[in-house]
Amino acid sequence: MTEPFTVAGLAAALHARRISSVEATQESLARIEAAQPALNAFVTIDHEGALAAARAADVTLARGAAPPLAGVPLAHKDVLMTAGLPTTCASRMLADYVAPYDAHVVARLRDAGTTLVGKTNMDEFAMGSSNENSHFGPVGNPWNAARIPGGSSGGSAAAVAARLVPAATGTDTGGSVRQPAAMCGVTGIKPTYGLCSRYGLVAFASSFDTPGVLAQNAEDCALVLDAMAGHDARDATSVDRAPADFTRLLRRGAGARPLAGLRIGLPREYFDAGVAPDVAKAVEAALAELRALGGETVAIELPTVGHAIPVYYVLAPAEASSNLSRFDGVRYGHRAAAYADLDDLYCRTRAEGFGPEVKRRILIGTYVLSRGYYDAYYLKAQQVRRLISQDFAHALARCDVIAGPTTPAAAFALGTRVADPLAMYLGDIFTVAANLTGLPAISIPCGFDADGLPIGMQLQGRHFDEATLLDAAHRFQRATDWHRLVPSGYGR
Amino acid sequence: MSRAGHARIGWEVVVGIETHVQLSTASKMFSGASTAFGAAPNVNACAVDLALPGVLPVPNRGAIERALAFGLAIGGTINRESVFARKNYFYPDLPKGYQISQYERPIVTGGALSIASDDGERSIRLTRAHLEEDAGKSLHEGLPQEAEAAVGRDGSGIDLNRAGTPLLEIVSEPDLRSAAEAAAYARRLHAFVTWIGICDGNLQEGSFRCDANVSVRREGAPLGTRCEIKNLNSFRFLELAIDYEARRQIELIEDGGSVRQETRLYDAGRNETRPMRSKEDAQDYRYFPDPDLPPLAIDEDWIERVRTSLPELPDAVRARLVTEHGITHYDAQQLTASRELAEYYERAAAALPAHDAAGFKLVANWVLGEFSAARNRDDVPIERAPVAPALLADILRHVTDGTISVSAAKTLFNEMWNAALRGATAGNVIGIVSGLVETGSATASTSSSVDAMIESLGLRQVSDVGELEALVDAVIAAQSAVVAEFRGGREKAFNALVGQVMKASRGKANPGRVSALLKAKLERSG
Repeated sequence: MTEPFTVAGLAAALHARRISSVEATQESLARIEAAQPALNAFVTIDHEGALAAARAADVTLARGAAPPLAGVPLAHKDVLMTAGLPTTCASRMLADYVAPYDAHVVARLRDAGTTLVGKTNMDEFAMGSSNENSHFGPVGNPWNAARIPGGSSGGSAAAVAARLVPAATGTDTGGSVRQPAAMCGVTGIKPTYGLCSRYGLVAFASSFDTPGVLAQNAEDCALVLDAMAGHDARDATSVDRAPADFTRLLRRGAGARPLAGLRIGLPREYFDAGVAPDVAKAVEAALAELRALGGETVAIELPTVGHAIPVYYVLAPAEASSNLSRFDGVRYGHRAAAYADLDDLYCRTRAEGFGPEVKRRILIGTYVLSRGYYDAYYLKAQQVRRLISQDFAHALARCDVIAGPTTPAAAFALGTRVADPLAMYLGDIFTVAANLTGLPAISIPCGFDADGLPIGMQLQGRHFDEATLLDAAHRFQRATDWHRLVPSGYGR
Repeated sequence: MSRAGHARIGWEVVVGIETHVQLSTASKMFSGASTAFGAAPNVNACAVDLALPGVLPVPNRGAIERALAFGLAIGGTINRESVFARKNYFYPDLPKGYQISQYERPIVTGGALSIASDDGERSIRLTRAHLEEDAGKSLHEGLPQEAEAAVGRDGSGIDLNRAGTPLLEIVSEPDLRSAAEAAAYARRLHAFVTWIGICDGNLQEGSFRCDANVSVRREGAPLGTRCEIKNLNSFRFLELAIDYEARRQIELIEDGGSVRQETRLYDAGRNETRPMRSKEDAQDYRYFPDPDLPPLAIDEDWIERVRTSLPELPDAVRARLVTEHGITHYDAQQLTASRELAEYYERAAAALPAHDAAGFKLVANWVLGEFSAARNRDDVPIERAPVAPALLADILRHVTDGTISVSAAKTLFNEMWNAALRGATAGNVIGIVSGLVETGSATASTSSSVDAMIESLGLRQVSDVGELEALVDAVIAAQSAVVAEFRGGREKAFNALVGQVMKASRGKANPGRVSALLKAKLERSG
C-alpha cells in the first residue's frame, strides 16, 4: 500500500476508493502483530471485529455518502469502554472485564466510521508517566525499545509512532496524552475539559480526566477530535456548545506568514533550570520557526505554576481514592479466591487486584481527605488550584498561546525511576497545569536529543480555543519535518 | 399529652429528628432507572446504579424541583448554589463505595414546621434539607432460590433496586421536648411532604424514615450528650423509642453514670434501644465535593416556577378555616391532617346552598365524624370514597331544611356509602350508585338519588302540622297519667311525652315541631 498511513491520507484514499478498508485494516493488524513482541503496545487485538467493521465500512463507502472517517483503522486506550471487547485499564482488577457499553467517544468514533483494531496498553488505571505500571508489562519506545514510551497513554503513543495505527485515543489526567506523544515523537492533543464526554472513561481523577487524541500530525488530531467532541447528557461536566469543525479551520488557505498576529507567551518559569539542554535547544529552535511564520513571542509570568505538581499530587489521588472504591470484588472484576469475612474480602481483593502505584495513590488520596488533614491538604490544594487558574487567565489575556517544552527531558531508560516515584512525578511539571485549569494543550514533535530520542513542544491555549492550538501546530508542521520522521525498523 | 414515664421532675428531654423522605420521582436521583417499589431484585438497577466502570451521575431535575418545593413551602432559604459531595465508605449495598449526598452546602437551609401542641401551634425550626441517593439492600435471608443456589445458604444477596433512589434528608433543630412532641413533629412533617406532593408517604415501603437524636438535661443546664436512634419507620415506634431512650439516659445519670455518644437501634419486640456503634468507631467518611457534578445552580426563574406550582399550604388552610369558616382550631387541625381530607371538606362545604358558620360546622362535624369513621372502617382512600363531597353536602342540606332528622341522615349516609361500596367492589355499578360516586357537576343526579333514597328508606321527617297534631292529640289522650305528672310540676314528664310522639311517628316526626305543638296544647288545655 502506497497511500500515506495518516488519518487524512487514508480517509481520502478510502473515499476515493483507491484502497479498501479491509486492506488498510489488514495492514494495521499485521503491523501491530509484528511490533507486539518488541513494543507490547496493545492489550487486546481484535482481528475479527476489526475486519468485520472494515467490511461494513467498505460497503458504506461503495454506496457513497460514508461518514468522514469511514474505514480508517483506530485504536482506543484500554481505559475507554468498548462494548463486547475487554477493557482492562491494564489492571489485574479488570483483567477479564468486558464492558456492556461503549464510551461516548468510542461510540462517536464508531459512528464516524472508524474501525477499531484493538485496545492499547497503558499505566494501570492511567496512573503513571512511563507505562511501566501495566499489569500486562511495559511498552517499548519505538525509537529505542529500552526507553519508556511515556505514560499513561504509552501504548497509544508507541502505536502511532511505529505507524501501527494512523491515530489512537488517549486520556490525559496530568499529561498522559502529551507526555507520551512528546517522548514518542507524535502529536497529541488534550482538549478543553468538557469538550469530550467522560462517559465510559474509567475515572482516575474526574475533575482532570480528559479524552484526547494521538496522531502523526495536527491535521489528523483535528479530524479525530471533530468526530469525538460533542455534548453528552450523561456527563454532567460535558459542555453543550456548537461543534467547531477544526478540520475546516486548518484547511483554509494561508500566506507566507500564516501565524501573523499570534502572540506566543513564554513563561520564564518554563525555561529556567531543570530543562535538559537538548530539550531547551530544540524548543528554542521551534520558537524561532514560529516567529518566522509570523508569530510574536512575549514574556509572561506564571508565578504560582511552581505549585502545580504538589497540588496535582494531592487532588488527583484524592479523587482516585474515591473513584476506585467501586473495585471491591462484589459485583465485577477480580475477587480474592478465599476470605474470612467482608473486610477480608475487600482487603484481599484490592491488595491482589491493584498494583503498587495505584495503591500508593489510593493511600495518599485517602490520607489527604481524612478528618484532620482535609483542610491542610485537600482544601489548600483546591485554593492553590484556583490561583493557578487565575495566573493562566491573566497570562492568556496577554498572549494567545503559551509555549514551552512538554517534558523536561526525553524518554529515560526503562526501570530507572521505578524506585523513585517523586522523580517520576516531577517529570509532569509542564503538563499538569493544563489539567488543573482545564485548558487545552497540544504537544508537537520539535527535534531529537543526542541519543536520537524525540522532543516535544507544548502549546497551551484558552478554554475551547483548540482551533488556535491546532492551527499553530499545523502551520509549524507544514514548515517542518519532525513529525514525518519514522523510527527505524517501522517504515513502510 | 406525654406518656409521663420519663418526664421526671427537674429533667428535660431534648430531641432533634432527621428524616429521610423518598421523593416521588419516576426515576432515580442520578440515573434513568425506575424507582418503582416491589420489583424482582436488581431489575430496576441500570449501569449507573451498578456503578459499572466509566459511568457517571446526572442529577434528576424532578428531584431537585421537589427539594425546591419543600424549601419554599417550609419557609427555608433556597441556596442558589449547593454542592453534591461524596460520603465514602465500603459496604456491599453501596455500589460506588460512596454515597452522593450534600454536606457543607445543602440545597435548603432553615425553615420551620408548626406542630400541634398543648398550647396551640408550636414552631419547630429546621436546620437544613439536602438531596442524596439511597443505598441498596443487603439480603441475608429469604433469598430467591437461584440466588441462594449461587451463594449458598450462609451467603448474602444484594438488591440494588433501591440504590440511587432520591431522598430529601430533612434535619430539625433540637427543638422537641418530649417523645410525644417528636411524634407530633414526624406526623406533621409526613402530612406536609405528602400535602405538597413530593413524597408518597408510604411508611411500609420506607418512603418516610426517621432517625431521632435524643439527649436529656437538668432544667436550665446546657445540652447533654446525645444518642442517635436509627431507622424508625412508624410514629408509634418513634415515640416509644424516644421514651425508652430518655428514661435510660436519665436513669444512667441519676445512678452516677454518663451518656456515651453512640448510635442505637430500637428493638420494637423488646421495646428498648441497643447500642449499634459508638462515636469512637464511627467511620471517617472523607466527604469532598463530587468532581463528577458541577455545583447545583438554581436560578430565580426556576424558583418562581416551583413557587407558583405549590398548592395552598396546610397552615394557610387552617388559618382560613378558622377565620373564614368559623371552624375551631382543633377541627381545623383535624381537617388538614391530609390534603385529600381538607379538599374533601372544602368541596363539601362549597356545595352547601348557604355558606354560613352553622353549615361549615355541620360539614366539619360530619367529615370528622361519620365520614372518617366509615372511611377507617372500610379502609378506602378519600379520593375514592363512596360518598363524594357533593353528595355529603346534599345529605346535609336535607338535614338543615328539615326534610330528615340527624339520625335519619346517618342512616341515609351509611346506606348510600354501603350501596356504593358494594357496587364498586362487585364491579357492578348500577345506575343509582354511579350517581353517588360522581362528584362536583353531578349535583342534580345526586340530589334526585338522595331524594329517591329518602323516600325508599322512608326517612322523610313529618313536619306537617295537621299530621303532627293528630299524633300529639292521640298521645295526650292515651297518656293521661303522664300528662297529669307534667301538670303536677314534673318537667321531665314532658320529654317522655315527646318520646311517645316520636315513637308513634316511628322516628319520623320533626322533634322541634312536636315539642312546640305539645307545649302549646298542654298549656292551652291546662
